[in-house]
Amino acid sequence: METLERVLSEQAFMHGLRPEHVSILVGCATNVRFDAGEQLFAEGDEARQFFMIRQGHVLLETHVPGRGGVTVQTVGAGEILGWSWLVPPYEWRISARATELTRAIALDGTCLRHKCEADHDLGYEILKRFAHIINERLDAARMQLLDLYAKSAPARKGR
Amino acid sequence: MSAADPMLPTLFVVRRVQRETPDVVSLELVAAEGETNFRFLPGQFNMLTVFGHGEVPMSITGDGARPDVLVHTTRAVGAVSEAICRLKTGDVVGIRGPYGTAWPIEEARGQDVVVVAGGMGLAPLRGALLAIQANRSKYGRFFLVYGARSPADLLYRRQLHQWRGRFDMGVHVTVDHAQTDWIGHVGLVTRLLPRLSFAPSDTVALVCGPEVMMRYAAMDLEKRGVDPGRIYLSMERNMKCGVGLCGHCQLGPHFICKDGPVFTARAMRPLMTVREL
Amino acid sequence: MSEHLRQAERGILARSDFDALLAELTARGYRIIGPVVRDAAIGYHDISCARDLPVGWSDEQQGGRYRLQPRDDASVFGFTVGANSLKPFLLPSQVSLWQAERQDRGWKILNRQAKTARPLAFVGVRACDLAAVAIHDRVLRDGTHADPTYCARRDGSFVVAVNCAQAASTCFCTSMGTGPRAVAGFDLALTELLDPDRHVFVVEAGSDAGRDVLAALPSAAATAADIDAAVAVSARAAAQVGRKLNTEGLPALLAASAEHPSWNEVALRCLSCGNCAQVCPTCFCTTATDCADLSGGFVERTRRWDSCFSVEYAHIHGGSVRPSTRARYRQWLTHKMGTWLAQFGSSGCVGCGRCITWCPVGIDLTAQARILQGATAKEGDHGNA
Repeated sequence: METLERVLSEQAFMHGLRPEHVSILVGCATNVRFDAGEQLFAEGDEARQFFMIRQGHVLLETHVPGRGGVTVQTVGAGEILGWSWLVPPYEWRISARATELTRAIALDGTCLRHKCEADHDLGYEILKRFAHIINERLDAARMQLLDLYAKSAPARKGR
Repeated sequence: MSAADPMLPTLFVVRRVQRETPDVVSLELVAAEGETNFRFLPGQFNMLTVFGHGEVPMSITGDGARPDVLVHTTRAVGAVSEAICRLKTGDVVGIRGPYGTAWPIEEARGQDVVVVAGGMGLAPLRGALLAIQANRSKYGRFFLVYGARSPADLLYRRQLHQWRGRFDMGVHVTVDHAQTDWIGHVGLVTRLLPRLSFAPSDTVALVCGPEVMMRYAAMDLEKRGVDPGRIYLSMERNMKCGVGLCGHCQLGPHFICKDGPVFTARAMRPLMTVREL
Repeated sequence: MSEHLRQAERGILARSDFDALLAELTARGYRIIGPVVRDAAIGYHDISCARDLPVGWSDEQQGGRYRLQPRDDASVFGFTVGANSLKPFLLPSQVSLWQAERQDRGWKILNRQAKTARPLAFVGVRACDLAAVAIHDRVLRDGTHADPTYCARRDGSFVVAVNCAQAASTCFCTSMGTGPRAVAGFDLALTELLDPDRHVFVVEAGSDAGRDVLAALPSAAATAADIDAAVAVSARAAAQVGRKLNTEGLPALLAASAEHPSWNEVALRCLSCGNCAQVCPTCFCTTATDCADLSGGFVERTRRWDSCFSVEYAHIHGGSVRPSTRARYRQWLTHKMGTWLAQFGSSGCVGCGRCITWCPVGIDLTAQARILQGATAKEGDHGNA
């Protein structure tokens, strides 16, 4: 049976962390599992955790009046989900639901946040990793925004 | 199909119209006279005339191993393509071609192949996918990642299902917009690349879609370690003649109609980053 | 240069015998095109006799300015280049590519009548225009696909070149290696020698067809002095060329200058009217339009001149790739003096200066090149002669 420590250490997120930092994270981690259709968190809920998805598929959705539920993005195995625990007011800004059996490592964000305040080295390492994730997601979101596959761009004025 | 006069079209008849999505149609064409023997290489294009409406460049989207039928997949984005989407069985069109360069199917042998398609970009790639499948043992690992605007805009659904069922090919599909009844991927097509286990130093990538998408896909592939000389893109510009005489399709020093439309990312990178080139 | 002349077939044609040349060409079935004064300019049109030529006329050209000037002598070819080149004749501005007629559900492409038009003889072609025709040969005739219209008109055409005796202020053929003396690409070349007591043409044959025609003319033998005089004419013309362009490294410089701020300056002045492309002897871009009659049963595809200055030129679904004048001017210049080399093995510019003369705001592409090469705006000298 795999220990949580070993599973966690294998996550790409953890590469390069000092052993004492790894221990802190292990201390904040639990194995979680969501069945198909089960919600991980809802928009507006307090954001106390973030997830390292090991297996499965999660959709990020929001409700648009008149359009119903709209999926903004999906997250899968090997990806990190959630950084609202890092940013006040520490509330989820979107809902997440598993579309199939999903196993993840949940990390106690509230606990980790306090640890980061106490140990700025740890804080910097965590923030570096999240900066990378957020950057990637922002890039991807911008591209989605461009709506490149739409029929035509808005008319441009030429000189 | 070469004629003494490269500007005279050859007549073809619409044998079948397949509606792929609300605004995309695939036409099966056969020669108006005699046997249909239209030989082409995947990646090439024709100049297609709808009499009374005009002529536009169209990628050839059928199977290169089936010269008995000519297939074009068209999206209604302008006057002529809208006319193409209104064609019925029995209508006659004009064809000039095939023109242009092809996907490097032969050169990719022995290597892993990653095909990245965005939106309508899957259409010019279909012939390449079929050619690789027909000779599957000659290639390494083989992947298709395909991004469409929404589930309703997915092309070649039946074939996509077939390909997903194969054990020798990885197929990953994503959309930009979806309602929550879609349980597949939602997000940029390049986000699917990390899921693929190809050997970057031994990979050929074929990329087709809107130019911005190809630019970023090429960048992501390069970041992963694929040589930009082995990443191939299909470029598009305005064309009036298709044979290098009208000047319209120039991109820097290249005529898309005869030096392309298939180019390496290495050749295109310095040109794609210049605004309004 | 004179060595070349000595080896070619040559003769002296008296001014009074000039009509013999035109008559000989007419007798051989040619339609003769030559310079004519029309609409306050000199340009190529149909001619039949020497009287049609701009005898005693000269021109004064500057950025955005063309004026005819009367000469104080009876020089026949005492001017430089006019508004048009051979382009309207070899690459006509409008050509019907094909016509089709509806038949039941289908269409029938009508057999194009091969018009047996008379072959063209061009008289009075300047060296720069000869170079332009050679460039068009490479683009329209010698590529993977040839343009049948161009080839039909080009094959069997006869060229009588005329060596310039003077240069306009807009000329820069010497920088482009295309003049002022014609060295190749002609059937006959004439150098006019006008002295108080003698008015003759030194005639040089440049092909078998030229030698054939020359043999039929009442020509006298050319002396060594005549040859030297002819060469001196070209030397004087070359000395008059004041506009210069340094072409060394220009293609690479243009490729690296896509974001140079000077393009913004030019764009403020450029009207995107496309005059430059129209008068340029090497611009070759065309577009095709399909036109149906009211019944929809008859369709004709016509090819027309086009230029990269039109917004629709680079239109793909979603809009134009080059919506700004800045981008379109940059495209024209970068192609003409830059990428043309990689495409066709030479510069696309022959230094005729027409684009400078006929630009309504007098934009000078040599000045723009100089600015890219590091000259200041003042040194670049936009808009001045």
